[in-house]
Amino acid sequence: MSTAIPWSVKPHPVTGIPNAKLGIWLFLASEVMLFGALFSSYILIRTGSEQWPMGRTILNIPLATLNTVILITSSVTMVMAWASLKMNQFGKFKLFQTLTILLALGFMVVKAFEYGGKLHHYEVTLVEGSEAADKAGALKITGHIDHATAGNGGAITSWIRSRDDLHDGKISFVADPPAGSHEHPAAIELAAEDMERLTFFGPHRDTFFAVYFTLTGLHGIHVLGGIVVLLYFLLPGSRMWRTDPERFTGRIECTGLYWHFVDLVWIFLFPTLYLL
Amino acid sequence: MSDHPPPAPAEAAVMPHGAEEVRAHLKIYLAVFFALGVLTAITVGIAYLDLPSKNLAIAAAMVIALVKGSLVALYFMHLIKEARVIYWSLALCVVFFAALMALPVLTSMEHL
Amino acid sequence: MTDTHPNGSPGAREAHGGGHGETSFLWKYVFSQDHKVIGIQYGITGLCFLFFGFTLMMLMRWQLAYPNQPLPWPWLAELLGNIRAPGGVLEAGFYNQLGAMHGTIMVFLGVVPIAVGAFGNYVVPLQIGAPDMAFPKLNMASYWVYFCGGVIMLASFFVPGGAASSGWTSYPPLSNIATQGQTWWLVGMVFLITSSLLGSVNFIVTIVQMRAPGLSMFRLPFFVWAQLVTAFLLLLAFPPLEAAGVLQLMDRVFGTSFFLPSGLVVNAIPYAQTTGYSGGGSALLWQHLFWFLAHPEVYVLILPAMGIVAEIVANNTRKPLWGYRLLVYAAIFLGFMSFIVWAHHMFMTGMGTVMSTFFQTTTMIISIPSVIILTCMILSLWGGSIRFSIPMLFALAFLPMFAIGGLTGLPLGLTLSDLHLHDTYYVIGHFHYVVAPGTIMALFAGIYYWYPKVTGRKMSGLLGHLHFWPTLILMNSIFMPMFFMGMAGLNRRMYDQTVYVHGRGVQPLSLMVSWSAWMLAVAQIPFIINFFKSWKAGEKVNDNPWEATTLEWAAPSPPPHGNFTTLPEVHRGPYEYSVPGQSGDFCPQHARPDSASEGTPSAPPVPAAH
Repeated sequence: MSTAIPWSVKPHPVTGIPNAKLGIWLFLASEVMLFGALFSSYILIRTGSEQWPMGRTILNIPLATLNTVILITSSVTMVMAWASLKMNQFGKFKLFQTLTILLALGFMVVKAFEYGGKLHHYEVTLVEGSEAADKAGALKITGHIDHATAGNGGAITSWIRSRDDLHDGKISFVADPPAGSHEHPAAIELAAEDMERLTFFGPHRDTFFAVYFTLTGLHGIHVLGGIVVLLYFLLPGSRMWRTDPERFTGRIECTGLYWHFVDLVWIFLFPTLYLL
Repeated sequence: MSDHPPPAPAEAAVMPHGAEEVRAHLKIYLAVFFALGVLTAITVGIAYLDLPSKNLAIAAAMVIALVKGSLVALYFMHLIKEARVIYWSLALCVVFFAALMALPVLTSMEHL
Repeated sequence: MTDTHPNGSPGAREAHGGGHGETSFLWKYVFSQDHKVIGIQYGITGLCFLFFGFTLMMLMRWQLAYPNQPLPWPWLAELLGNIRAPGGVLEAGFYNQLGAMHGTIMVFLGVVPIAVGAFGNYVVPLQIGAPDMAFPKLNMASYWVYFCGGVIMLASFFVPGGAASSGWTSYPPLSNIATQGQTWWLVGMVFLITSSLLGSVNFIVTIVQMRAPGLSMFRLPFFVWAQLVTAFLLLLAFPPLEAAGVLQLMDRVFGTSFFLPSGLVVNAIPYAQTTGYSGGGSALLWQHLFWFLAHPEVYVLILPAMGIVAEIVANNTRKPLWGYRLLVYAAIFLGFMSFIVWAHHMFMTGMGTVMSTFFQTTTMIISIPSVIILTCMILSLWGGSIRFSIPMLFALAFLPMFAIGGLTGLPLGLTLSDLHLHDTYYVIGHFHYVVAPGTIMALFAGIYYWYPKVTGRKMSGLLGHLHFWPTLILMNSIFMPMFFMGMAGLNRRMYDQTVYVHGRGVQPLSLMVSWSAWMLAVAQIPFIINFFKSWKAGEKVNDNPWEATTLEWAAPSPPPHGNFTTLPEVHRGPYEYSVPGQSGDFCPQHARPDSASEGTPSAPPVPAAH
């Protein structure tokens, strides 16, 4: 007897599904538990915190809404790719599969802009009683760095993570507009010795950003993984269509199930992180 | 019993009676797409309404997210018509998911 | 996407070539997709890790028996180096590394890979009459992911600061501020968890989809049921630990504060001053997520062991297993309940009375199915004509050992007695009784029992006796004293117990434990000799040397690629021994009904006619 695995293409007569479909659903069940644990941790930390910022006051809602639409659209193109195979239209499959990949890449590009905005948004804690603190009128100011110069006079072009990256130099800092206005105040000069701490809005900033980066980051990794699989079945993997179309359609169906799950996670991430 | 019938030749339809069924579904997919778009707009709109109560805002957002998630699961992932073994596996998952979600409540009950 | 040997078209099959005819050594034995080779790979890797984990503990036992005295052999001290053992005395930090890594290696790299990876992989497809696992490539991937996880864990001993040292439970904030080894530990765990997830998906699909014709769920051997429940536990309980691992990695690598509360002070310096961490996290969150996995993990350790013992008990009593359906329902109930008992590990965290009462109640409830399983097995012995073969000796030893382990858990599940016993040697004694004389004895039983299937040869009986009796006695003289030390109030994870008066009182017991442990290592020598020698020189046996009924014995020994020469068809339940009115005392599952009534039970299976 050969080692052919039974029910790897044809549905099992009793359960009514082939092996891979049960496999991918079980995998998704474990993914539900993974994201469930993270959501649960999020709720626990949020309910236990003294204050929690509204997501929409610090995160970029238009970008996130755009990403929601992109991901939903990619889910539709994904299901259309599978339906095209079912209807024996391989050309249409290629078109929809390509569209899905482009949308997924678009999602990642938007995400990169969103992350970039946070990583270049700074908070300065000024030394109490310093001249700079008097000028700024507050000990903590948020904004972005217009340009930075090192202690030896050379311009700093690399990304600044903390005060140490200034090498005793100074920054030209543009504070965020005050509440209710869109006008940025004029840039101010801040020397490294004026600052107690300089930090960007990264995951370490507070538990809100920790949750935000962890959840969206893990989701982003899932999107990237999806892109790899989608690309594989668009290019080398699609040769199977000629030799074994039924198995290939099954593979696309499983890919689709995964992809819709990634969409589904985002559907919950979007309101819980960005809107509430 | 596990000997497989010979594979269908490539030029034949993948699943002869499946194709018609799928064609009928295309309209549903578009309708779901439309509904998801509208619900996204509504959920963003509600967020900017500044509902008087925080709980109300959370409830509204979660209900909309649940509806959207269900649409994706039921229609795109075909859960509306699926094998029993998958329903059973997911039911098990839902039960343990509920236990997991009870975790924050359990910790906040620490001083009860 | 994980799929299988293409069987769709002849062209695809030829192109694949996995295991058909001439394949190179590399593809046949290293990157094999055959469940039997993968099972052996898991088994041998797991046994090596088991031995390595045991070695770590033997080192610790020196410090515990002879506190602050140099190691007896200068070469050993030299091997460990001046940082780990200055002047030959184990350094306290290194002692902590040994403790943390002993637990991690034994549980995640030793016992689970053997119980699930080795026995599950090798035996389950054979017992259900399948040619292989449902996803052979995925199966190979899960072994290699496990292997990488193991290498990362081992490598962590050599990074600056050494391996993880915050216990196998890695409680924050201690683990958050620990040295680099902890990060390696977390990455290693992510690998091990991923491997388990891939494996569990494979097991469930295989068992659900690929049973031989006629093999209904209630005709499955109990071992397969145990593996099925175990796979669901791994599938649904492991992801929360993966989540916790990701969160702790974020804390350690990106400076978040998921597990760090505000106002943390380390070495009398506010932690915020030295690191600028934000605080606002919860150390308890880790404990919840960790135990959400780690309690089901206990049943991952014990269920496959129960499955092995059930097979061997039925075979060697020559009687049907008593209460087969009851056993199955109990195993399912056990798996289900194991998800809602986790906080009984956390009674001392200041949780409220309502919550602790809830978890105390669920903990008492979960002992019921365990007792049912044990009772069924003991009742199975009653009135049987027992064959005291080597596997049966180990299986019989499992029953009282697991009973001691289970019963000593009750005082820990009751909040009041837990106040005294929490975090003492009593806890160590309790869970080791479950896992070491319990599960590991069952694993030995399984090795002796299925060895003829894997190699076509039996292991030596004399060496088996030389292995069994000292092991049984020494296991008890290691773990029994721990109950007394614990009740005397001795804390676990103590570098030097003689600093306390109550510790000095039980120091002689500690000496006894250490010597027993070292002698236990010596007692494994007959096993190691037996294991390797019998591979080539053992007594040759037929395909069914134990006269067993389940399907794995219908395949040739060792089974070829694809397992069965003819597809087995199943006609009856798994344990039809000594059925009245039959001439033979066993009736294999695949024997056709008419041939069985004629008393020729070992008739070759006939391919499915319909």
